[in-house]
Amino acid sequence: MEEIYAKFVSQKISKTRWRPLPPGSLQTAETFATGSWDNEENYVSLWSIGDFGNLDSDGGFEGDHQLLCDIRHHGDVMDLQFFDQERIVTASSTGCVTVFLHHPNNQTLSVNQQWTTAHYHAGPGSPSYSSAPCTGVVCNNPEIVTVGEDGRINLFRADHKEAVRTIDNADSSTLHAVTFLRTPEILTVNSIGQLKIWDFRQQGNEPSQILSLTGDRVPLHCVDRHPNQQHVVATGGQDGMLSIWDVRQGTMPVSLLKAHEAEMWEVHFHPSNPDHLFTCSEDGSLWHWDASTDVPEKSSLFHQGGRSSTFLSHSISNQANVHQSVISSWLSTDPAKDRIEITSLLPSRSLSVNSLDILGPCLVCGTDAEAIYVTRHLFS
Amino acid sequence: MEELDGEPAVTVIPGVNSKKNQMCFDWGPGEMLVCETSFSKKEKSEMVPSCPFIYIIRKDVDVYSQILRKLFNESHGIFLGLQRIDEELTGKSRKSHGRQFSSQVRGVTFVVLASLCPHQFIEVGWSLLPAGHLLLHLLDWVRLHVCEVDSLSADVLGSENPSNHDSFWNLVTILVLQGRLDEARQMLSKEADASPASAGICRIMGDLMRTMPILSPGNTQTLTELELKWQHWHEECERYLQDSTFATNPHLESLLKIMLGDEAALLEQKELLSNWYHFLVTRLLYSNPTVKPIDLHYYAQSSLDLFLGGESSPEPLDNILLAAFEFDIHQVIKECSIALSNWWFVAHLTDLLDHCKLLQSHNLYFGSNMREFLLLEYASGLFAHPSLWQLGVDYFDYCPKLGRVSLELHIERIPLNTEQKALKVLRICEQRQMTEQVRSICKILAMKAVRNNRLGSALSWSIRAKDAAFATLVSDRFLRDYCERGCFSDLDLIDNLGPAMMLSDRLTFLGKYREFHRMYGEKRFADAASLLLSLMTSGIAPRSFWMTLLTDALPLLEQKQVIFSAEQTYELMQCLEDLTSRRPVRGESDIQQLQDEDIETTKVEMLRLALARNLARAIIREGSLEGS
Repeated sequence: MEEIYAKFVSQKISKTRWRPLPPGSLQTAETFATGSWDNEENYVSLWSIGDFGNLDSDGGFEGDHQLLCDIRHHGDVMDLQFFDQERIVTASSTGCVTVFLHHPNNQTLSVNQQWTTAHYHAGPGSPSYSSAPCTGVVCNNPEIVTVGEDGRINLFRADHKEAVRTIDNADSSTLHAVTFLRTPEILTVNSIGQLKIWDFRQQGNEPSQILSLTGDRVPLHCVDRHPNQQHVVATGGQDGMLSIWDVRQGTMPVSLLKAHEAEMWEVHFHPSNPDHLFTCSEDGSLWHWDASTDVPEKSSLFHQGGRSSTFLSHSISNQANVHQSVISSWLSTDPAKDRIEITSLLPSRSLSVNSLDILGPCLVCGTDAEAIYVTRHLFS
Repeated sequence: MEELDGEPAVTVIPGVNSKKNQMCFDWGPGEMLVCETSFSKKEKSEMVPSCPFIYIIRKDVDVYSQILRKLFNESHGIFLGLQRIDEELTGKSRKSHGRQFSSQVRGVTFVVLASLCPHQFIEVGWSLLPAGHLLLHLLDWVRLHVCEVDSLSADVLGSENPSNHDSFWNLVTILVLQGRLDEARQMLSKEADASPASAGICRIMGDLMRTMPILSPGNTQTLTELELKWQHWHEECERYLQDSTFATNPHLESLLKIMLGDEAALLEQKELLSNWYHFLVTRLLYSNPTVKPIDLHYYAQSSLDLFLGGESSPEPLDNILLAAFEFDIHQVIKECSIALSNWWFVAHLTDLLDHCKLLQSHNLYFGSNMREFLLLEYASGLFAHPSLWQLGVDYFDYCPKLGRVSLELHIERIPLNTEQKALKVLRICEQRQMTEQVRSICKILAMKAVRNNRLGSALSWSIRAKDAAFATLVSDRFLRDYCERGCFSDLDLIDNLGPAMMLSDRLTFLGKYREFHRMYGEKRFADAASLLLSLMTSGIAPRSFWMTLLTDALPLLEQKQVIFSAEQTYELMQCLEDLTSRRPVRGESDIQQLQDEDIETTKVEMLRLALARNLARAIIREGSLEGS
């Protein structure tokens, strides 16, 4: 594997996210944010991987990531997203959703807005008030959607004090993650293995569609939507299984791929090369799935860390009826023709890899071994 | 245990009046609880109101220090690597791997502790070294230890006129003290360029430095050859001293004396040496470069005494080093355990030595041997930290006797404030087949979920723990809700139970009952009817629910077409009789109960009537010919 830099940062990392680049920019990713968890004092930090020329005080390497600024965060950082270039939204284990603002001129972070009782079990009015952890947050300027262990979905708008819309008891179990499908529609995954699609244009508190596996109700922990094809969605489960779904048809996944040996915490399609998928897991590994079909025939001796895999394909009916001019390689069901090449990116097994993010050729991930790994040459 | 090595320090806890009242305390994993009792110290046992607080006392441990956390994490990786290699290798190759790991550990320690005060850094001379190389390693150690040289050197060289810099001669002296003679020579050449008058003697000194015989790793000389050459060189230096060659330049003269190993000259440079072990190494370099490890401790003790000169007494860390130079491993471990504030160093050191088979294990009454005892202590310390407990798990794994039991006890006590943390803990337990702990943790989480009315979460925890009893509890909750409200809550859960339904009978019943409602809603009356009947006859429906089921059968009985066959109607009547016959006769009761009884009796009567009518119709229909 090409150079992948590791740095121990004295805090367990729960989330890492690249700062989005301005549209039309030709730069590569330079800044990323991290959130920590399980400390008495947790921090949201901004790091930079720009070239510094000289060694830092730790004797780090050129290209090593440097801390720009950080700010205290109450509770574990359960999820973190960049709202825009300067603002970061975090979900906390105290049920609070916070928007942080980055000031580039003096390199500080400050709290811009906060919704402190976004998620709770018993409401603020009741005597036995108890908060619930907020487990997922997703942004689409100016809207922010959050989900939590209380089974509640909130729709916030930046600079609005109250929630624009709240769906109470949307789910009787914990909602683990949320993503936007089309703009008024979101998709949530929960701990009884269901995907639910919600349409904010509708008034009721019912999902417009429910999809699930028929087998064991394995909790689903993460979800990501294909960047170009809004009906293709990937989810990762507690048994480490990766599922690809087509939400337009049927209620069952298109393919089930046996992946990790423990919970899959995050799954991401590459934003500009969606034939590439990345997953990270509690078993301490980070995998790169390459489904691009114009790859020349490879022998079975891959470079160190790579391994080929067969994948289980669970095709459903109605495939033939779908008129697809662009066939997504993820929905393809021919195992003989399309082999997915899987590579493990981390040099050695460590404790759980909690989070990863990709932007262009850069990848960042954070682990429970208190290390952050960065590589800038993902595809070389 | 032997006598105490020193007086324990007294810590005063603000707010607790130990003079007035007696205190009580209890030890925890990393902390101590202290509070005042109401027993006063004086003779009369008066109950004096005392301080109402309980104090948690925690040593201000560097477990919380940022840099040490990095050390813990990196050494955790190395520890695991060593254990895994050990499982693969045998015998001889172990020692070389041990050396490899020890240098890795040293490497990590150097990188991480670069900014810490040098007094916290310990190095031990491994007895794995062949004679002669000892000095080289000691020199390496000293050079890495004292890092100010590089900044000083950058300072001096960066200035316009290096040889006129204030610290120029200090720098040259330090370089000589550390045995870096090539660099010293380069500095001297700058002096020679600057002042041609002393060029001559600088050149002579430079030559002396160049020709000093040293043992380098790739060298093929034998020790005897080296000793002869060195003796020769030493005598040459002596001659220069006798001839007062360097008398014109006092700096060079003192350098010469240093290179002759003159103790007085060395002691003059106390400030530049900064500590006694540096003094020891320099002394050895210039008076006995081929020292053998076994002779080391003589020099160590005398160096310590000379350096301190009776002004100060040795610190605990000095004792550790002395023990190290005597290669008394047990003494080192003992001193470290007392002096250092956490178990990191001794635990890893002992493990490393154990793997290289250098440690004669004493059997302790606690744990299988010293290595395990120290690892257990270290891991327990990690568990006391809110974040580092994950590292502790792996350490417990490699303690064969008490590791598993300790892990079982510790892991149940980790506070779980989010589901994600709970999932990680559960994964750890499941990987080690700790089913008891899995069940106990899942039960706690399921109970919490039920209390928060998150029945779906409660169910998913019971499924994970395969806890049938709890699944029954959750199902009962659902059924109770249904009875009270007349409709199901959380239909998304009940409708999609899938194979989890099989976990408990009650859950199966719940799923099937919901299916019955669905069928009724879809107007598949015949299927609904047979399902309803099977629910009662198969016995999975709880008795308390039979009345509700029979009441649900009423609309089916009242339909225009005959749904229940005669056979089925007989069975329904049987169930009704079963139910009513078991009911105890009520005695005197209040109005509410009388009203309830009335309702009950009415229901039963209605059912009897409906069943009878259905029976009649069913018999007629079944008795008639088809088509009529």
